[in-house]
Amino acid sequence: MEVIPQLVVSTILLGGLYALIAVGLTLIFGVMRVVNFAHGEFLMLAMYAAFWAFTLLHMDPYLTLFVSLPLFFAVGWVSYRVVMRPVIHASHNAQVFTTVGLSILLQNAALVLFTADAQFLRTDYYTVVLRLGGAVFNLAQTVAFVIAVLATVSLFAFLRWSYTGKIMRATAQDPQVASLMGIDTGRIYALTWAVGITCVGAAGVLLAPIYPVYPTAGLQFVLIAYIAVVLGGLGNMAGALIAAVIIAAVEVIGSYTIGTAWKEVLYLMLFIFVLVVRPAGLFGQRGAEALGT
Amino acid sequence: MSAGMQPPDGFQLEVKGLDVAYGDCQVLWQAELDVRKGEIVALLGPNGAGKSTLMNTISGLNKPVAGSVTFEGKRIDGLPAHQTVGEGIAHVLERRRLFPFLTVADNVLLGAHNPRARASREETRQRVEALFPLLKARSTQLANSLSGGEQQMVAIARGLMARPKLLMVDEPFLGLSPRMVDEIGTLIKRVRDEEGISVVFIEQNVELALGLADRGFILESGRTILHGPSSELLGSAEVKRIFLGDFAY
Repeated sequence: MEVIPQLVVSTILLGGLYALIAVGLTLIFGVMRVVNFAHGEFLMLAMYAAFWAFTLLHMDPYLTLFVSLPLFFAVGWVSYRVVMRPVIHASHNAQVFTTVGLSILLQNAALVLFTADAQFLRTDYYTVVLRLGGAVFNLAQTVAFVIAVLATVSLFAFLRWSYTGKIMRATAQDPQVASLMGIDTGRIYALTWAVGITCVGAAGVLLAPIYPVYPTAGLQFVLIAYIAVVLGGLGNMAGALIAAVIIAAVEVIGSYTIGTAWKEVLYLMLFIFVLVVRPAGLFGQRGAEALGT
Repeated sequence: MSAGMQPPDGFQLEVKGLDVAYGDCQVLWQAELDVRKGEIVALLGPNGAGKSTLMNTISGLNKPVAGSVTFEGKRIDGLPAHQTVGEGIAHVLERRRLFPFLTVADNVLLGAHNPRARASREETRQRVEALFPLLKARSTQLANSLSGGEQQMVAIARGLMARPKLLMVDEPFLGLSPRMVDEIGTLIKRVRDEEGISVVFIEQNVELALGLADRGFILESGRTILHGPSSELLGSAEVKRIFLGDFAY
């Protein structure tokens, strides 16, 4: 096994997953100006959904994925109507407390319902690896990566070229003017939230065959997503994508050269360094968080 | 464009006894405004008189505390903004407010979002492009790359895409060169003459405003204190007092 190709492959596979988590977060922030602190808990719920579907119904996680897309869209829509709509025009403080509260609620609901034990979803093909040019690909990771890239690219295309995507960007850039165009901005916020939750829901199902599931499983991933979003420039989706790959590279190379225990130290050091040098993030424009994508 | 129903008193838009407050701070006191179909009306007054607030309340961005807004015989006060535009009122905000990171073409496209306008979007675009040739030339440029005057044209074009019966423009001449002021003024006239759309606009320069408008409404400290045909207002001592101070007579 050669080292360099393997590091590259591991970086790309990991980066794709981080990107899918980050992209939903940055979409919600970019359009609604809300930081969703419960993002990791939706990821955790999706991991549990895949776990229980596999354990109880013997459903393959990649089959669960197709069910999870509409399911998490619905979960997103309902959670917007019930939890976010009352605070959508409130202060940022009120929104922070609301999403943090939602996060604590979901974590503890999972704790009561599923216990704190780490659960494992082990498919028959868990240990299957692919080999290509000296690098080894874990099958589950590769599938997760391919689907993550497909999902992210379709989200980009949707925002860029579809009529609804244009409405979402217009709402992000100037909600008051959007309403004067006849756009029901409340519906656009609900849709944005639902699409963001759908992305993280897909990510959770894809992670379930690779990582253990427990009530706080979302935290470790979503921390990386927050860093990717800020590192890439708030609300900048392409920036978040590139930042996700950078974090994955730091993690993979750092784990190999220095030691796994240092990976958080390394990417958080990089994060602090970038914030000191470029407070708006790598690809962000100063003040862009007030203007939109 | 479409001929609307005329209320018995002949006014297309009628604002009566409008009180508007931001929290505890009342901004409009019994404000009045009326527009006949096909009229150009100027809304005048010093800074902070409540002109923009009055326009924002008509378009549904603000909710009134008391009073009524009637458009083509229908009460529209309290309608949210995204529904008011469907009733046939387009509102161009102060400082153009284009979507800065969308192209000119997409800005114009979204102007026709309301259900009344969407069905005939292509036809409307051709008519609007005939009025504003720059839309075609600049269609793929981002809106924030245009000059102030060009942005104002796109903002008005975007408003017309909604197929309005009444177009409201907040300070269309703000920060424009004299040549651009003439050009925008001519366009406002053409919108009325060629498309039959009534226009209300806000402007602080009395002579400029009344030179373009058929009638004027003057707001001071949130109250409609004077209105009438432009020619009458231009000669009025009261208007001179409001805009130039007591020493002017």
